[in-house]
Amino acid sequence: MFAYIIRRLLYAIPILIGVNLITFLLFFMVNTPDDMARAQLGAKQVTPELIQSWKVKRGYDKPLFINIQADGTLATLTQTLFVQESLKLFAFEFGASDAGRDIGSDIKQRMWPSLELALPTFIIALITNISLALLLVLFRGSALDTSMMVIAVMIMSISGLFYIIAGQVVFSKLWHWVPISGFETGWGGIKFIILPVLLGVFAGLGAGVRWYRSIFLEQINQDYVRTARAKGLSELKVLFGHVLRNGMLPILTGVVVVIPTLFMGSLIMESFFGIPGLGSYTIDAINSQDFAIVKAMVFLGAVLYIIGLILTDISYTLFDPRVKLS
Amino acid sequence: MKNRFLSTLLLLVLLALTATINTYANVWNSPHHADKVKQDILFSSFSAPPKHLDPVISYSSNEWSIISQIYEPPLQYNYLKRPYELEPLTLTTMPSVRYLDAENNEVDKASTAVVYSEYRLTLRNDIRYQNHPAFVKNNDGSLLYGDLSADTLDTINHLDDFPQTASRSLHAADYEYAIKRMAVRQNHSPILGSMLPYIVGLEDYSKTITDFAKAHKEKKQAFDLRPHAISGVKVVNEHTLTIKIKGRYPQFLYWLTMNFFAPIPWEADLFYQQAGLIKKNLTLDFFPVGTGPYTLVENNPNKQMRLLANPNYHDAFYPSITTEQAAATAIPVELLADAGKKLPFISEVIYSLEKENIPLWNKFLQGYYDASGISSEAFDQAVQVSSAGTMGLTQEMQDKGIQLRGSVKPTIFYMAFNMVDKVIGGYSESAKKMRQAISIALNEEEYISIFTNERGIAAQGPIPPSIFGYEEGEAGTNNVVYNWQQGKRIRKPLADAKRLLAEAGYPNGISASTGKPLVLHYDTTATGPDDRAIMDWQRKQFNKLGIQLVIRATDYNRFQDKIRKGKTQVFSWGWNADYPDPENFLFLLYGGNAAVTTNGSGINSSNYQNPEFDRLFNEIKTMENTPVRAEKIKQMLAIVRQDAPWVWGFHPKSLSLFHRWFHNVWPNEMANNALKYRRIDGEQRAQQQQQWNQPVIWPLILFVLFIIFMIYPLFRAYRARQTTVISNNQQGNR
Repeated sequence: MFAYIIRRLLYAIPILIGVNLITFLLFFMVNTPDDMARAQLGAKQVTPELIQSWKVKRGYDKPLFINIQADGTLATLTQTLFVQESLKLFAFEFGASDAGRDIGSDIKQRMWPSLELALPTFIIALITNISLALLLVLFRGSALDTSMMVIAVMIMSISGLFYIIAGQVVFSKLWHWVPISGFETGWGGIKFIILPVLLGVFAGLGAGVRWYRSIFLEQINQDYVRTARAKGLSELKVLFGHVLRNGMLPILTGVVVVIPTLFMGSLIMESFFGIPGLGSYTIDAINSQDFAIVKAMVFLGAVLYIIGLILTDISYTLFDPRVKLS
Repeated sequence: MKNRFLSTLLLLVLLALTATINTYANVWNSPHHADKVKQDILFSSFSAPPKHLDPVISYSSNEWSIISQIYEPPLQYNYLKRPYELEPLTLTTMPSVRYLDAENNEVDKASTAVVYSEYRLTLRNDIRYQNHPAFVKNNDGSLLYGDLSADTLDTINHLDDFPQTASRSLHAADYEYAIKRMAVRQNHSPILGSMLPYIVGLEDYSKTITDFAKAHKEKKQAFDLRPHAISGVKVVNEHTLTIKIKGRYPQFLYWLTMNFFAPIPWEADLFYQQAGLIKKNLTLDFFPVGTGPYTLVENNPNKQMRLLANPNYHDAFYPSITTEQAAATAIPVELLADAGKKLPFISEVIYSLEKENIPLWNKFLQGYYDASGISSEAFDQAVQVSSAGTMGLTQEMQDKGIQLRGSVKPTIFYMAFNMVDKVIGGYSESAKKMRQAISIALNEEEYISIFTNERGIAAQGPIPPSIFGYEEGEAGTNNVVYNWQQGKRIRKPLADAKRLLAEAGYPNGISASTGKPLVLHYDTTATGPDDRAIMDWQRKQFNKLGIQLVIRATDYNRFQDKIRKGKTQVFSWGWNADYPDPENFLFLLYGGNAAVTTNGSGINSSNYQNPEFDRLFNEIKTMENTPVRAEKIKQMLAIVRQDAPWVWGFHPKSLSLFHRWFHNVWPNEMANNALKYRRIDGEQRAQQQQQWNQPVIWPLILFVLFIIFMIYPLFRAYRARQTTVISNNQQGNR
């Protein structure tokens, strides 16, 4: 397994270079370093000298991919913005944002609020979705099953934004149960997190329940289930002891890969509930043309996704003894 | 037994939830701590994190709303008086000015031999900085925390982690140091370009010090600006400073109200240059060090910024004005109640990040924010406009005791014609008439009514109200676009516009010479779905004259690029006053500032050039506000109204709402340091919050009952199902 992990990590290097390349290409197709300087320096009193000075300070005066003025063939490639910035990223040196803040510190500071929102949402949603799916499988074909499936489709069909606004209006504005937005660390912060977590769970309920239900229904008619019933096990024991365990493999595929990216946060939830997480960090950076943050966050997202995929593979071996990583 | 267990569990959950929620303000939905609500703390918000808090760089209103409470430039605007009036802030008196000839001999102010103006600033001697670790010194005068070791840095994550802090009194050298920092090009001061032609010696100094800074930054060494002097800036003694200006430049006093000229202690500059602190985001750009009424104790731009009253703040008192002055500016009597009382009134300010309008507005209505602007979504809920056009609060707002105050901002939003364009530009009679026709057809009053909820007044020229040179009534009316009838401005009829267009060679929008329709291109950054209605309206206005308007939507970068290169025909833009002087608006039309002739750096984006206007501008730009200056400005306005390089657009009105417990709110569009005058009645706020936010319990009880009643039939159904399966199997076996 160790050799497999090392090999997967080595595969990640060209993938990350490719991700970086695409990020650089896309960003600089839309923005020039002059545009970025103007965005940072403001609309008033921006002179060409000021722009040049800003570019020099942040290294944006270098060519993007090929530096024909550099001495030597290697230097032609290395004395470029792409290579210089990419190398730092591979060392996880994110540097300073174009506005001057240390990105590493910002990420460390922002990822915990993101996690405070994302982790409970993820766990509660997982438990709720699986429990409800098992309940529907238990009552499959009944009026409850049919009506819940209709409700699930309805939940899926409505925009998440609607739930957020409706939730804020109903639970905070009309009934005065929880604050409409805000954030605080520690136990005092629970009241701020309750509503976004519940809304996050509810918004994902339709899709989640339908998906898990279909996984469990695939298992419910298998021979081993019939055997378990024949042995006199109750339906609950059949579901939780056999169907759920055998349904874990496809569930893991979708679930474990998400776990590392929980740090990355949720854009809309964080924005509407005033949660200072990483969700809006990238979008704010794109809007303010802060390339230093954009490249750092895209790189980090790619790294976390790759880690998620590796963890998924490892988790297969834990839940299915037939799977061997080699 | 099971039901009892379930009920007990639910009760415990509810109790735990209530206990968690009840720790704040005795209402469940309060985002604030109960003990803070009753104190004289202001709860406010910010929608975008400020990028810079270093006064040498910062130039955005959201940044200045913070740092203007912390830093103190030499002058400030009187909070109450209108028109805007300057007064000393850290000085004993207003700066005295000496006029000098080329040999530095003092000459008369009116003399033609004036080559320099020397401003003498005398500081108060009772001003001290906030407590800060940068001021802690060793016995030899060096900074105790000036060279932090790696081990020490490991223990430092915030300024509070430094065991010692100290303060010192304000010196004239600190103002000199601020100007020196401005000259360092690596600091990217946005006003360096504006100051270089004026402050004597600044240009040479800037070149020298920039090279010096570059050499030190490459070696990652801190650099001290004290040994390097600017020839035009002299520290006479600990409390006196002189600044020598080339020629006459009366607007320099306005610059002295801005944070660019706020004092910077050398200790703070050296302290914050340490690489280890920069790595932890502990820099002057994030943690200011000032003498002002407040200190920034928390700067988390992703969540919250917190100001605390500066315990070292010098004596400052709420302004008093005469009843005549109050009557002249329509100041409500309650705003004079605190006259002569010591400032500041508010002990703490908590700014929370609110990116979305809906939560912000609802929190204001719940009483959790003390003041609010009015977004377009909330306008109808908050404000009603009478048939006479006056604005008042809706009954809902009045019932809550909310108050409304507004003022016309020193801002103009205009539609500009590119004067170097072959079709719409130029100075021929036909070109002028074409632009005048469009100016009449473009109904600004309609625009203000539809798209700004009446929050603006139609502009008559580039100068907004409350700025010298602006005139009310008939005298201030743009006769090209309006008629003065029965004491009112009436927009000229469309027939006049059509006649002018026909005289320009385009009857009904068709070229008399080629028979082709007149097509104009409008460059805009308004690309969102909400902007579509505005674009449709713009097309309709031009269509009234038979002119086809082609909308060219573009992103802001490309838009700016087009403007700089003069590749536009028609576009909309705006300007907000740096200082309340007509020169700050008229220079937008000065030929020497034309974008196309200044390689894109000029501020005159319509590229308007009229020799007579330019001549008059050169005269008025350094004049005092005298009747002569007013007359010359009047002539300039007459010229630009005839030439019509802009459709004059409108001056927006700012409206703000505030609760009854928030006192001394008086709109002052120039003063950014108004926080110290405001007052909060915390007890009243706490009472109102209690009254408005009592939790509604019945839905919670209903929900719990629903869950209980759902579980039971499901359990029954499951049991029945299990039994049925067994029973069928038994029957089958038989």
